[in-house]
Amino acid sequence: MAGVEIRNVHKSFGAVKVIQGISMDIADGEFVVMVGPSGCGKSTLLRMVAGLETITSGEIAIGGRVVNDLEPKDRNIAMVFQNYALYPHMSVYDNMAYGLKIQKRTKADIEDRVQRAAGILELSKLLTRRPRELSGGQRQRVAMGRAIVREPMVFLFDEPLSNLDAKLRVQMRSELQALHQRLMTTTLYVTHDQVEAMTLAQRMLVMNAGHAEQIGAPLEVYSRPATTFVAGFIGSPPMNLVPGRIADGGRLLVSDGDLRIRLPQPRPALDGRSVLLGIRPEHMENCEEAAAMMQPDIDYIELLGSDSLVYGHLGADKRGTRIAARLHTSVVAREGNLPLRFADEHVHFFDPDSGKRIEA
Amino acid sequence: MIEKRPVLDFISHAVLIIGAALVAFPIYVTFVASTLTFDQIMSVPMPLWPGDQLIANYTQVLTAGSTKGSTAAVKDMLVNSMIMALVIPLGKISISILSSFAIVYFRFPLRNFFFWMIFVTLMLPVEVRIIPTFKVIADLGMLNTYAGLTLPLIASATATFLFRQFFMTIPDELAEAARIDGAGPMRFFWDVVLPLSKTSMAALFVIQFIYGWNQYLWPLLITSEESMYTVVIGIKRMIVGGDAANEWNLVMATAMLAMLPPALVVLLMQKWFVKGLVETEK
Repeated sequence: MAGVEIRNVHKSFGAVKVIQGISMDIADGEFVVMVGPSGCGKSTLLRMVAGLETITSGEIAIGGRVVNDLEPKDRNIAMVFQNYALYPHMSVYDNMAYGLKIQKRTKADIEDRVQRAAGILELSKLLTRRPRELSGGQRQRVAMGRAIVREPMVFLFDEPLSNLDAKLRVQMRSELQALHQRLMTTTLYVTHDQVEAMTLAQRMLVMNAGHAEQIGAPLEVYSRPATTFVAGFIGSPPMNLVPGRIADGGRLLVSDGDLRIRLPQPRPALDGRSVLLGIRPEHMENCEEAAAMMQPDIDYIELLGSDSLVYGHLGADKRGTRIAARLHTSVVAREGNLPLRFADEHVHFFDPDSGKRIEA
Repeated sequence: MIEKRPVLDFISHAVLIIGAALVAFPIYVTFVASTLTFDQIMSVPMPLWPGDQLIANYTQVLTAGSTKGSTAAVKDMLVNSMIMALVIPLGKISISILSSFAIVYFRFPLRNFFFWMIFVTLMLPVEVRIIPTFKVIADLGMLNTYAGLTLPLIASATATFLFRQFFMTIPDELAEAARIDGAGPMRFFWDVVLPLSKTSMAALFVIQFIYGWNQYLWPLLITSEESMYTVVIGIKRMIVGGDAANEWNLVMATAMLAMLPPALVVLLMQKWFVKGLVETEK
């Protein structure tokens, strides 16, 4: 077992810079999720740890040993691919045993390890089957079994649940968590699904366009997003971001139009500064008009049963800032004004130019 | 079609039966002719029922050839043909599977250039390059040898292209998984690529076996000794030409013998052949 250190890693394909300087220390036994939109470089970073992509500059160390020039097989890692990448002509047993056979382990040792992994993953009855005779979830388990039998220092998962249907995904998610609890192996996990990231990660690395936007525990990322990108990416619907200027000694957010939003607590330090005000939809409450902090016009409502999503806009015409609110009451009015309020601990400020969080 | 239309059924069956008969009848005539005596076959009209010379005719050609044309025994020719028809597909498959493996899985300078060089040779069938090829084989002293018969036909762009297309459908992750499992390139080739290519290889084998067996022009050029004749050449050599009366009964017996092995290969490998053309096990 060992940690992984990623030190100022860059990757370019020709002139295209895919990874632009990412550093992260992953502790022994930690479960780290790399999350970001398609093309943000998260898979590339994982493949660089695996040794399937060369490292343009920077260093990656596994267990204290720099692995830049090592072949994947010498890095003591195991990887699970999105499309499982099982050998189609081999039985489940042979799929799991293949790597061990190449390592020239004894028959008894291989048998022992495969049976143990099959036991953990409930594959014992399927060992003689071919991959094509298995369901998606079973194939995924075989792919995990192939990783487990190698007893690696680090597990690498590349969107392992993306090919499964929604129900199976939830089930495999908890199985993955249980597996990690049991083996306590350092795990790097790539996904574009924020729910997977939030539920599985001990820490997450939110990536965008080859940069690390934020590294932190899921709740920290949720409650204190470091940039507007993270604010928009984590959470559904995404966080409302209202551009404006703080005025009236820090009590109001105003804009050139007729927008006026009252802040729950005055922020004198920000007075006169242009900001993006961020509030998550689920932190909005509807209230009396007198207590309202903002009053968007309702555009449409989605009823989800447990709660309702109300979409509206601020300002006189429909081009005003869009606002979404997740309300626990079913709103009666389908149109008109919706008075909303929010608590001070749920208010975020971002710099409109850099997108960075402003602590105030 | 789901609807029931008896008239249409009748017509389509009639067309199929007539078509099958048109193809089968000449073969039947060949068979009948190979069972007749020389005199029977020369009579007009030729009988359309098999005669009693089956064993006599076939024994004659197998052991001694014809009496007027080539007198080489057909059994030796069958051996020659078999060697040629086996060496060509086996050689083709082993060479082209390796070269397409290199082209698909390795990055080396001028990789695409080499692929296109191979591909371009598709435009040059044996007949087009036959004179220079003959010159090369003659200079190498390979006339009247098995090497001379097979080598020029082994180099194949078709097979290389086919395997390349097949390899490109194998997901990259499979190669990556093998790399992580610690399999080197050749190990990956042997343990993963080769088993996955089984059906493609079978299909190619069938096609190339028939191709090798039916070669006419090339063996005609480079074999001058009777001991090196293939059976297709043998048929030609039995026909004396001119006004002489050819022993058509013996020629037809030889033709029947020449037809048999390709038919057997197709029949026996049919299942694999179709699999290789339609499905890939991935």
